[in-house]
Amino acid sequence: MSKPVVATASLAGCFGCHMSVLDIDERILTLIDLVEFNKSPIDDIKTFTKQCDIGIIEGGCCNSENVENLRLFRKHCKILIALGECAIMGGLPAMRNGIPVKECLEEAYLNCPTVDDGIIPNDDELPMILDRVYPLHEIVKIDYYLPGCPPMADLIWNALVALLEGKPLDLPYEVVKFD
Amino acid sequence: MSEIKFTIDGKECTARAGQTIVEAASSSGVYIPTLCNYDGLKPAGACRICTVSVAGRNMAACTTPVASGMMVENNTPEINDMRKSIIEMLFVEGNHMCPVCEKSGNCELQALAYRYLMLAPRFPYLWPRRSVDASIPKLYKDGNRCIQCLRCVRGITAADGRKVFGLVDRGGRVRIGHDPELAASLGEEQAKRAMELCPVGSLIRKGVGYAVPIGKRKYDGTPIGGELERA
Ligand code: SF4
Ligand code: SF4
Ligand code: FES
Repeated sequence: MSKPVVATASLAGCFGCHMSVLDIDERILTLIDLVEFNKSPIDDIKTFTKQCDIGIIEGGCCNSENVENLRLFRKHCKILIALGECAIMGGLPAMRNGIPVKECLEEAYLNCPTVDDGIIPNDDELPMILDRVYPLHEIVKIDYYLPGCPPMADLIWNALVALLEGKPLDLPYEVVKFD
Repeated sequence: MSEIKFTIDGKECTARAGQTIVEAASSSGVYIPTLCNYDGLKPAGACRICTVSVAGRNMAACTTPVASGMMVENNTPEINDMRKSIIEMLFVEGNHMCPVCEKSGNCELQALAYRYLMLAPRFPYLWPRRSVDASIPKLYKDGNRCIQCLRCVRGITAADGRKVFGLVDRGGRVRIGHDPELAASLGEEQAKRAMELCPVGSLIRKGVGYAVPIGKRKYDGTPIGGELERA
């Protein structure tokens, strides 16, 4: 039987959740025995080359590229996991929610003390900034949530093993944390 | 004094006359979650997390006195899911960013979310625009995290009994205001008490910071209500 295929992405996140995946330490060797990675920053495969079983997404959606990417993952993955606070609630990037985008851009690119002669970036190459940062489940259907900033390595490991073995997710109190 | 007999989820419990369901449950070793309730303060019945069912009717266990023969339903899937939904509403109604909150690990709202295993709220986030007020010398108020439990309003008073905090405005704009003069006179001890009284990270003492590291905080290893159930 072929191995389950896993894809991962970091949208509006800091890559801390991916670091936490690496924090499973030597179990990563077991993991690469158990699964095959497809599109992921871990192996630097940039586009989907096949349908995947599990998609793991860190970060929320702050721009149009994030949304496209997320929809692509939903299309190519049977199971989608929202990994970490940014994916689940927007996280720190969502601190701009509630402040109009115009104000945010002006603060960052025009009025910030370290800016002189600022311009607000406006190039066709750049993804459009969304009105606010959205958690993943407000854009596509999400199957599992693993909270934490970042989620604990043990939480990620337990969840992956359970999914691979077709068992219910194990979420012990000690590893489910929002911070 | 007469003893009142009643049951919670079939377990025989006793109460003294005048005790609320929450008080009597607690002395019988049964945990009913509370959030706006605080030992020693007059119950406000504001948050409804303590909702129990008595003869098919939902009521706030922190304001309802026990009556003889009462059959209280507490730990049922329906009630627990309703509690979870209240927690979820409180999360989406404010702006809760636990990773940058000084109360994280010591926060009762977060601890309840852990206990009822909230992974993602079922309601959309509202992202209200709320303000942070740093004008009180020994405390700052972060309206983003306030759940309007009124514990500060009920519990923090000046020497002459005047209230330091109070509700301002109505509906979605409701927030906690303070009397600038009285708040300015709050001493170190009162500031500490205010931070303890506040179940969330809305009243934070200045000049202290993250005193206890992650992993060693109150609810990091022990679920809220755990002491009661182990006892
Ligand atoms: S008050 Fe509690 S729930 Fe809100 S951000 Fe702080 S720790 Fe999280
Ligand atoms: S500031 Fe804290 S104690 Fe006061 S009402 Fe808000 S949450 Fe409750
Ligand atoms: S604890 Fe009873 S209503 Fe809040």
